[in-house]
Amino acid sequence: MSPAIRVAGVAKRFGATQALAGIDLEVAEGEFFGLLGPNGAGKTTLISALAGLVRPDSGHLEVMGHDVQADYRQARLKLGVVPQELVFDPFFSVRQTLRIQSGYYGIRRNDDWIDEILANLDLTGKAEANMRSLSGGMKRRVLVAQALAHKPPVIVLDEPTAGVDVELRQGLWRFIRRLNGEGHTIVLTTHYLEEAEAECGRIAMMKSGRIVALDTTANLLRRFGDGTTNLEDAFMRVMKEAV
Amino acid sequence: MIGFLTLLRKEILRFWKVGFQTVAAPVVTALLYLLIFSHVLADHVRVYDDVPYTAFLVPGLVMMSILQNAFANSSSSLIQSKVTGSVVFMLLAPISYRAFWAAYVAAAALRGLLVGLGVYLVTLAFTGVRLEAPLWILVFALLGGAMLGTLGVIAGIWADKFDQLAAFQNFLIMPLTFLSGVFYSIHSLPPFWREVSHWNPVFYMIDGFRHGFFALSDVSPWKSLAVVGVCFVLLSALTLELLRRGYKLRM
Ligand SMILES: Nc1ncnc2c1ncn2[C@@H]1O[C@H](COP(=O)(O)OP(=O)(O)OP(=O)(O)O)[C@@H](O)[C@H]1O
Ligand SMILES: [Mg+2]
Repeated sequence: MSPAIRVAGVAKRFGATQALAGIDLEVAEGEFFGLLGPNGAGKTTLISALAGLVRPDSGHLEVMGHDVQADYRQARLKLGVVPQELVFDPFFSVRQTLRIQSGYYGIRRNDDWIDEILANLDLTGKAEANMRSLSGGMKRRVLVAQALAHKPPVIVLDEPTAGVDVELRQGLWRFIRRLNGEGHTIVLTTHYLEEAEAECGRIAMMKSGRIVALDTTANLLRRFGDGTTNLEDAFMRVMKEAV
Repeated sequence: MIGFLTLLRKEILRFWKVGFQTVAAPVVTALLYLLIFSHVLADHVRVYDDVPYTAFLVPGLVMMSILQNAFANSSSSLIQSKVTGSVVFMLLAPISYRAFWAAYVAAAALRGLLVGLGVYLVTLAFTGVRLEAPLWILVFALLGGAMLGTLGVIAGIWADKFDQLAAFQNFLIMPLTFLSGVFYSIHSLPPFWREVSHWNPVFYMIDGFRHGFFALSDVSPWKSLAVVGVCFVLLSALTLELLRRGYKLRM
């Protein structure tokens, strides 16, 4: 069985910035995987390369065994991405946005699933509201909803909880955990390390375009702590030791 | 296929929701041209012996409206998605670059044709035009709309800001359309400018289109079709290549 995500030797340079400096990574099907690192570490660039938004200078990426360049349609069908930037199309309502999103993935009638997503993300009351009229946190939730519209087996969330209130954050994690329980592979980036500690089975820590630590969450805590440490302490030590 | 249809529907909804701005307003603009130019020039210009100037003006105005609105539709829609960032949803989707192109061009041509039809219907209140060869009318309307639709895709991809798009519009689209014989026959131009006009593809669109109405034209409609057809194929090939490479869309 091929892994959900396979990244081999991926490098990407933007001008003078080496955003990715040779990344090798495999995420197995059904994992809840964390991608951590300071600002500018290359997390979003790696996700963008996986989604085909960024073309790597070298290396290969696969989603569910499909090369993201050569077999881009299958790769993209299998992938749902929540972008880090708060982007939206101001022309449409929440429901229209999700219907259009479903159509992009070849799904014609999707209202049952759309309603379920909306309910789980506490957006039912906003279904007919125009995107423009939503608050920042609500827009973020619609972004999550859009990524889930085609029930992708691999779901990548780039800081899904930035600017989202506590209650919704918990609701969001419940929903994502449920999807993970149903077999969806989850990849998450976040700067809230307690979230990563609570949710992720395995974690990669990135710095300056490299993976500087990659292990199960439990092992990372053991290796970089004294038994009472939390992930934040472990993260700080990894970052200090990595050159 | 559903992906293409969804994108097409989205692009149509986008202009239709603000139809007052995107369809009604350009019709009014064209009507103003008709009133002013026919009033000022009707007694001075006679291009073809048995065609009154106001009637002569109609096909040119209709075609000009088709071209400008087709261009405006794809270019402004694309740059808007780029500026708001929502273009990412289309880039993440498993939609081929060919389907992407086809949806944008079809929606752009449709808006152009709707405006063109509106302009035509409104001018009926002022002058009648003959419809000698409707097939030519249809062919040039479709080709003109599609060609400027694909040019709009190029402009929308290339431009990073709205003012770059405005420059494209002011320094390329407007001169090409105005210097193409919308308001006159190029036979009334001095030889130099007549020669220049023959290098303007928009001249052939309008001339061929006008042939459909009056069965009169400066050059054979077959020649116009050849010129416009070749331009359309070349521009489309360029657009498709830019999209395939992800030029300015995928880093
Ligand atoms: N389009 C781009 N053009 C130029 N440089 C870029 C571009 N995208 C990213 N970079 C650079 O690449 C590096 C990695 O950026 P990236 O967005 O991947 O970091 P990140 O780990 O997601 O950070 P954050 O936690 O702030 O989201 C940074 O130095 C960034 O400035
Ligand atoms: Mg990022």
